[in-house]
Amino acid sequence: MTELDRTGERTPVPADWTYAPAPESRDVVELRERYGLYVGGTWLEPAETYETISPASEEPLAVVGQASAADVDHAVGAAREAFANGWSALPGSERAKYLFRIARILQERAREFAVLESLNGGKPIKESRDVDLPLAAAHFFYYAGWADKLEYAFPNRKPKPVGVAGQIIPWNFPLLMLAWKIAPALACGNTVVLKPAETTPLTALLFCDVLRQAELPAGVVNIVTGDGRTGAALVEHEGVDKIAFTGSTEVGKAIQRRLAGSGKKLTLELGGKAANIVFDDCALDQAVEGIVNGIYFNQGHVCCAGSRLFVQESIYEPIVDKLKRRLETLRVGEPLDKNTDVGAINSAMQLEKIRELVESGREEGAEIYQPPCRLPEKGYWFAPTVFTNVAQSYRIAQEEIFGPVLSVLTFRTPDEAIEKANNTPYGLSAGVWTEKGSRILWMAQHLRAGVVWANTYNRFDPTSPFGGYKESGFGREGGRHGLEPYLRFDE
Amino acid sequence: MSDRLPVKKTYKLFVGGAFPRSESGRTYEAEGQNVARASRKDARDAVRAARAAQPGWAAATAYNRGQVLYRLAEMVEARVPEFADLCSGRDEVERAIDRIVWYAGWADKLPQVLGGSNPVAGPYFNFTVPEPTGVVAVLAPEEPPLLGLVSRVLPAVVGGNAVVAVAAESRPLAAVELAEAIATSDLPGGVVNLLTGFRSELAPVLAAHMDVNALDLAGADGLAAELEQLAADNVKRVVHGRADVQSPWEIESFLELKTVWHPSGR
Repeated sequence: MTELDRTGERTPVPADWTYAPAPESRDVVELRERYGLYVGGTWLEPAETYETISPASEEPLAVVGQASAADVDHAVGAAREAFANGWSALPGSERAKYLFRIARILQERAREFAVLESLNGGKPIKESRDVDLPLAAAHFFYYAGWADKLEYAFPNRKPKPVGVAGQIIPWNFPLLMLAWKIAPALACGNTVVLKPAETTPLTALLFCDVLRQAELPAGVVNIVTGDGRTGAALVEHEGVDKIAFTGSTEVGKAIQRRLAGSGKKLTLELGGKAANIVFDDCALDQAVEGIVNGIYFNQGHVCCAGSRLFVQESIYEPIVDKLKRRLETLRVGEPLDKNTDVGAINSAMQLEKIRELVESGREEGAEIYQPPCRLPEKGYWFAPTVFTNVAQSYRIAQEEIFGPVLSVLTFRTPDEAIEKANNTPYGLSAGVWTEKGSRILWMAQHLRAGVVWANTYNRFDPTSPFGGYKESGFGREGGRHGLEPYLRFDE
Repeated sequence: MSDRLPVKKTYKLFVGGAFPRSESGRTYEAEGQNVARASRKDARDAVRAARAAQPGWAAATAYNRGQVLYRLAEMVEARVPEFADLCSGRDEVERAIDRIVWYAGWADKLPQVLGGSNPVAGPYFNFTVPEPTGVVAVLAPEEPPLLGLVSRVLPAVVGGNAVVAVAAESRPLAAVELAEAIATSDLPGGVVNLLTGFRSELAPVLAAHMDVNALDLAGADGLAAELEQLAADNVKRVVHGRADVQSPWEIESFLELKTVWHPSGR
């Protein structure tokens, strides 16, 4: 029970106001009891398995493989064989058509994938349906078109595929991250061994059925499920020519160390602690919507989440007041309910991490606010949270929480905003809210971040390069630039 | 032949636009001269100088950066005989000069070649621009002593970065000569810092330094794997630069790409 529940005074709607349930049907998804590893176009039976669950209910969904080093070796071998025996020599125009097929099939089966994504990952169906799936399909469609145009993307550089790409993806956008990885790799003529996140393997496993329907040659894409041990085996495998990793900065550094001296290509898309900067001349209500979208979208499980809110002092009170009122209208709960705004936390482990950091915020002296909301009894949940009275030095202002937790700080001048915003080892993204055009461009020039959203936040597009400065990683995904990590050049 | 005794040069470091000796007071003998043997502290001081100079250099207009680097070519051209004595000869110097001119001309063309606008599916204007990564540490190759250094430093500098370069250990004199040309070229102090000394001593400090953004291993020799490991401490961009190469992609490897979104509407 939160403070507002107890006092009941500031609730803008009657306390018993409830929305009629609007559940999305699960019928569209047919789950198998058990999934193997997808290697060389067939299902391999792993020696070790684990159960994958729904974080919203803790209900077991399926048994999946914990790929061993030997399984990974098998997968890399299959990828190498597919690379050597046809895929890399296939004309770009033919590769393109496979990718176009995949894009189309994803569009056709979008609802099925969206439901499964929400089921296995805990994100609201509204988001998996309207963001993850359309973007994943668009990504394949976009890179399909590049497959036979690479020499125009890199004139005079004679682009060639790298070989076998090892790809390790996170649990926050499971299928979308798969698309970000596989689409450019295949467009450039590489073959792939992809490891989905431990907690969210199911859409990647369902994707294997899309590959079957698209008649993609065996071994071009191999999916090995498992935990960090599987990822480590992939990173360490000598037959892998390129590693692409999206995940925490800590693991990213370990991978960079592990690959030192190996000559393997590497791209890292790591953590963030984005500043979302609100000036006093902004459109207040639009900014509040942007702040909410910036941090509560996907339960804050977003590397580019606007987790540090910098408010110009003169509008601090109205912004915080509007923000709290807006939070009261967020609907937290069942991911498959079409009204849900904030779903389940992805795993028990992540929930524990969020709780620990939130506790540190209280202990260090920040003031916590959570709107009244009834959280389901089973599953992993965390109410949308705002911390005010936060100092720059607090852990909640420094460390990536990767949850629905916002830290509010203040500034007076544009220079101070830049100074504070850039005072972090991360540099993935940032937001700016002001109606003054010249200030937008000045801020955009001075923010040390790979993506700057001005008067908007958390927008993504296959044509738009995404990636970080500093300890948020290197390399870009999306756009023409997203091809480069998957090519070598004979210059 | 005059009886006059020539005035010999003291070979010093080039840090923050000044020519200090090593704070350690040490020298080593190379090419028949006593050359400053930079310490770890000198390397850290050079990073500080580079960090202090970088924002101003990056904020200069591209036209201005191009002109300043072109002037560096002028300054080297004026010393061709001196440089020729310190490298493989006149041909290497002339190639180095032409390479400086070539890179100078890139300053105001990079965003059009490397960036662009992105046709996103929505009511937004979206564009991508290259920006400097920040402070770049360069281990210059042993050979060729002048052209190798120029080939590694220029692509980093033209994009708006500041550089700390470790000169060829066995052939450092061309680097010291280049420092003198840089000092008279209008390049702001600290944008290029040149250290002479032992690679094994200096390279790990730069590779592990938390305020260095990128590391060029052109002259790393057997140290590359160890240095790459250290570079992971702050996710440095690691570049395996070649000693004699000239391309805009060399510039690109020291650049970040920034993408900016804004809604469009009435």
